Amino acid sequence: MGELRLMKGNEVIAEAAIRCGCDGYFGYPITPQSEIMETLMDREPWNETGMVVLQAESEIASIHMVHGAAGSGKKVMTSSSSPGISLMAEGISYIAGAELPCLIVNVQRGGPGLGTIQPSQADYFQSTKGGGHGDYRLIVLAPSSVQEMNDFVETGFKLAFKYRNPAMILTDGVIGQMMEKVVLADYIPRVTDEEIDRRHGSWVTNGRKPHRERNIITSLEMDSLKMEQNNIRLQDKYAKMEEEDVLFEEVQCEDAEYLLVAFGSSARICQKAVDQCREKGIKVGLLRPITLFPFPKKPIAALAKQVKGMLVVEMNAGQMVEDVQLAAGCMIPVKHFGRMGGIIPSPAEVVEALEQKLIGG
Amino acid sequence: MAKVIGAVVVDNEECKGCGLCVVACPQDVLSQNKQVNGRGYHYSFMKNPEACIGCSNCATVCPDSCIVVYRVKIQEVRNEPVLVS
Amino acid sequence: MNLADIINPNNLVYEKPKLLTENTMHYCPGCSHGVVHKLLAEVILDLDIQEKTIGVSPVGCAVFAYNYIEIDWQEAAHGRAPAVATGIARCNPDKVVFTYQGDGDLASIGTAEILHACNRGENMVVIFVNNGIYGMTGGQMAPTTLLGQVTATTPNGRDAGRNGYPLKITELIAQLPGTSYVTRQSVHTPASIRKCKKAISKAFQAAIDKKGTSFVEVVSTCNMNWKMSPVKSNEWMVDNMFPFYQPGDLKDSTKADPASYTPLKN
Repeated sequence: MGELRLMKGNEVIAEAAIRCGCDGYFGYPITPQSEIMETLMDREPWNETGMVVLQAESEIASIHMVHGAAGSGKKVMTSSSSPGISLMAEGISYIAGAELPCLIVNVQRGGPGLGTIQPSQADYFQSTKGGGHGDYRLIVLAPSSVQEMNDFVETGFKLAFKYRNPAMILTDGVIGQMMEKVVLADYIPRVTDEEIDRRHGSWVTNGRKPHRERNIITSLEMDSLKMEQNNIRLQDKYAKMEEEDVLFEEVQCEDAEYLLVAFGSSARICQKAVDQCREKGIKVGLLRPITLFPFPKKPIAALAKQVKGMLVVEMNAGQMVEDVQLAAGCMIPVKHFGRMGGIIPSPAEVVEALEQKLIGG
Repeated sequence: MAKVIGAVVVDNEECKGCGLCVVACPQDVLSQNKQVNGRGYHYSFMKNPEACIGCSNCATVCPDSCIVVYRVKIQEVRNEPVLVS
Repeated sequence: MNLADIINPNNLVYEKPKLLTENTMHYCPGCSHGVVHKLLAEVILDLDIQEKTIGVSPVGCAVFAYNYIEIDWQEAAHGRAPAVATGIARCNPDKVVFTYQGDGDLASIGTAEILHACNRGENMVVIFVNNGIYGMTGGQMAPTTLLGQVTATTPNGRDAGRNGYPLKITELIAQLPGTSYVTRQSVHTPASIRKCKKAISKAFQAAIDKKGTSFVEVVSTCNMNWKMSPVKSNEWMVDNMFPFYQPGDLKDSTKADPASYTPLKN
């Protein structure tokens, strides 16, 4: 059993990074996630594990530093909030194109533009549909508790290295700023250079060794036939993710007549809404996608045969609802309820929306 | 008296006919061929091979590294060149 | 003595550097990049660091630099090579990392990345090939295009009022305390090429010795987009580029007492 602490979500990201043997963090301050880098700088992990922590001149530089370090086979990460992630879109696309593993944390705030520093889930499209240019996907993990902020750092790295693809923890100011008890992970030693050569010698750029060909990391390919093959390889990888690494949670779905679908902080609100509905005698369940990509299509399709309707609750104008509609087919009504601009809906509002949009309608 | 003589070998197919070696040569050894190579370039050649001193200037300025340079020192004994090295 | 006697492996004095690959360079005839690549290959081999050197190639004509030197390479996005190199260098402090960038890449879109990498004194070498024009995209104005110089986007010559002034970024870089060696070289004559090789060698030695950022600008030609022959381009460069981008060392603190500067902390 690991160490039990009361911590903020953002601080836990930093702590988990150190403990999981992360080699480097490159970031730039932006609210509401600056505590991640502040905690790292305060913890001085370079003295403890040898982890590099660098404050870059911009989000653009941060993600390209991650690009470089990831290319050398290191376990590296960055974090930011929505406008900063937009700036990183270029680098994320390059990393996905070059097939490098890394972890990106997006503690979302409301947009568009400078928007608000208050929480939001309006980056769902950006995170799950690509975000930058070209056909690529991120592995997107949506924690709904401080404990999951801790757990998903290592999960994110594991999946990133499994697929050689960037992974993202998509959270928001609610989870990032909230304090909860958390069981911290035990320390994992950083991977040695010898181990990197052994595991990743076929692609890392850490100096050409006598026993191997030189490695070149690039996303560039001028031959269209080869480039198409590269694209097909990426798509195969994403298909494999959908086959093997979908994560979701079902709450009281067994007898549900109506289903709430929500991720991250919205899912916590919905959990309370489920209880309130059940007190009123309405049989409601909750499906919480944990991986937003790969998206849990199959459980939603299965529940579409069971329930009378679904309400997708998001802190945005309706983004994940499109994926739920696709997964559910046209068998049942799938409606959206959302608040925007940094407003967090209350459980009572969710219950009311369910009654108005599905039960009453 | 020792004398230095040299020779260059141009990779005719790699040469892009830029002409930089021609002007870099202090002995006016090189010129661009009227013929073109497989890629359509007027590749360099030794129009005046006996003047080459093997100084490597041509190869040094060659952006495509397609010139190899050789050099020997000879000593003139009874008017017959003898190989020294 | 006939040619066949001279052309003998025993008499070899100059050949293609062993660290250059067999790939035919994609550069235009007479392009300076080929010479700079050759010097890099020679220096890396001379210093025997081919097993710990990682090159970061740019976006621009040198985007395919990775095809030509037998070392590990990483391709960066446009202008971001110094950030990519920072990531590699910080996480691999015993490796030798260099960026290879053109003037559009380094002095325009990547200005923030290069200034801050140099200002932090990242332990790396920057090779900056400045030919005053965008080559790959077809000869548009670069930040380093001279006043009056004709390009695809300044068809009547660069006008300060409309286009701003040419940027002497190397002079800016030399002001930064993180840099230990800042020099401006050229590769238009055998003598300048030998001098440039010494400068590149010194820059790599500084990186091996962990002395911060070394910055080698190579004032170059782009004969294709300058619309001149390679030979004429060199003459034009000497007459027009050199008065503004004067060759020579701008800064050399590689011999400074280590106690006089703050080493990079990882």
